[in-house]
Amino acid sequence: MINEDHLGLNRREVVAAGTAAAVLPANTAAAPPAEGGVVLQINGVGHDLGDLDPRSTLLDVLRERIGLSGAKKGCDHGQCGACTVHIDGRRVVSCLTLARQAEGRAVTTIEGIASADGRLHPMQQAFLDHDALQCGYCTPGQIMSAIACVKEGHAYKVDDIREYMSGNLCRCGAYVGIVAAIEQVVAQGRAV
Amino acid sequence: MNPFDYTVAHSVDAAVSALGGSGRPSKILAGGTTLVDLMRLNVEQPAAVVDITRIPGLNHIDTEGREALVFGALARMSDVADDPVVRRDYPVLSESLWRAASQQLRNMASLGGNLLQRTRCAYFRDRQYPCNKREPGTGCSALEGLNRGHAVLGVSDQCIAVYPGDLAIALVALNASIDVQSTAGARTLRVADLHREPGQTPNLETALRPDELILRIRVPKSRLGKASTYLKIRDRESYAFAVASAAVALDMDGDVIRDVRIAVGGLATRPWRAHAAEQSLVGKTFTEAAAAQAGRLSLQGAATRPQNAFRVELGANTVAEALKIARERA
Ligand SMILES: Cc1cc2nc3c(=O)[nH]c(=O)nc-3n(C[C@H](O)[C@H](O)[C@H](O)COP(=O)(O)OP(=O)(O)OC[C@H]3O[C@@H](n4cnc5c(N)ncnc54)[C@H](O)[C@@H]3O)c2cc1C
Ligand code: SF4
Ligand code: FES
Ligand code: FES
Repeated sequence: MINEDHLGLNRREVVAAGTAAAVLPANTAAAPPAEGGVVLQINGVGHDLGDLDPRSTLLDVLRERIGLSGAKKGCDHGQCGACTVHIDGRRVVSCLTLARQAEGRAVTTIEGIASADGRLHPMQQAFLDHDALQCGYCTPGQIMSAIACVKEGHAYKVDDIREYMSGNLCRCGAYVGIVAAIEQVVAQGRAV
Repeated sequence: MNPFDYTVAHSVDAAVSALGGSGRPSKILAGGTTLVDLMRLNVEQPAAVVDITRIPGLNHIDTEGREALVFGALARMSDVADDPVVRRDYPVLSESLWRAASQQLRNMASLGGNLLQRTRCAYFRDRQYPCNKREPGTGCSALEGLNRGHAVLGVSDQCIAVYPGDLAIALVALNASIDVQSTAGARTLRVADLHREPGQTPNLETALRPDELILRIRVPKSRLGKASTYLKIRDRESYAFAVASAAVALDMDGDVIRDVRIAVGGLATRPWRAHAAEQSLVGKTFTEAAAAQAGRLSLQGAATRPQNAFRVELGANTVAEALKIARERA
């Protein structure tokens, strides 16, 4: 879902980049992109990015063209996990994903996981319940990673949770709460 | 990052002709977890990038064949690590994959790209330092620099950078090979022959030509798979490159070692098969002392610097420990 405030925050970069991303209704993304235009499907909405510079990473496009600033840039080298999003349901680091590689695939960001009526995703709720954050910078990446971790079946044992969440660093050291939040979601057996 | 032309190849033929045809420095793009990273550092500066991730049929995991496990070059690390047959019958392979990188990176990274990942030497990654691998003839900043993590096996006076990958260590232990293709045709080579020692030309890292595409990896099926392990020692428990590692596979006849494979990682400039250590064990009764001796033999010929000398003993102990773990699985 596009948040106007996010767009406002990023207007400077959007203008600097030349063109603002056009928001397309979801069904147009299935149609062939207009004349070489790169279309990304993000949280169920198609975005026509025009003649996108091949150097653009998915993370930069999300944050600076589309105005979705949930995914964070921690290291820009695949080392911290703050930029974690899902592509076709699998967690990846968006800082090392060229945006063009995501064309035709379903990208899901932290902005796309709450239900339509605004109810938080069970993993978001569990992070709140367990104080699984301090500054919050790593949190969107942690939550996207945690959702995938459960879905992959790598969250049934604490040791597995720790191993399969190791790609998400937290400088505040909220790890105890993060592990507890994931255990809660698994224990509740709630759909993720 | 320097500008580059980006093309998507939809077939192997299109990919190899795009690579061979342009006459400009071109690079294949798979998961991008090495290439995009190094392009952002301007360590890699291809004029053209050929995205192969949309080529159909290159991501297969085939464990059913009689002769070999066959993995497409685009098979993802995470998928191969979690494959039930690989986990059950070839734990060394599964462990070399899930003990590498993070799940996000393993979801992106392909087996082909994994084999061709480049060294993590910090001087190589930072263009302000001289580096013979990045710019031949400029010198090696690591020789007298920070080299705690640098290689002790296969080094030269030009470069002591570690080959950082984990999978290749397991593949070398299992006698795996790769099928490659270029416009000139197809060929097969052993993974053991893929990576070169630095010698006087550390910039030349593999036996592949620039226009060759890896199509698949073949791992001969063998009784050695089950009693195997990849033991990886790191500065932290998870999500780090190896300080020392060992891929070990055993074929036991009771207490007697019928056959054994040993390869070491994290310590050498290329995947390092320890033949002398293997020979010391074949036909012998498995004992703790024999394992320790094999560990020491695996590090034979090590050339150390003050900061990395501790890793000889660490490497020897890692091999010995891996042998014991594999023994318990026999
Ligand atoms: C933070 C971090 C931690 C990591 N930790 C580990 C670790 O602990 N252990 C480990 O083993 N690895 C580790 N890695 C490395 C990672 O596993 C590799 O980057 C990855 O496997 C490369 O695969 P890729 O598909 O992303 O390759 P790409 O980046 O797309 O390509 C890598 C290279 O291979 C070439 N290439 C790719 N596919 C082919 C092909 N089919 N034929 C010919 N050439 C090809 C490319 O041109 C490029 O030169 C880590 C990486 C990062 C960023
Ligand atoms: S060890 Fe090799 S890669 Fe590192 S600085 Fe020396 S020449 Fe470069
Ligand atoms: S910003 Fe992508 S992993 Fe750190
Ligand atoms: S909450 Fe601050 S980095 Fe994790």
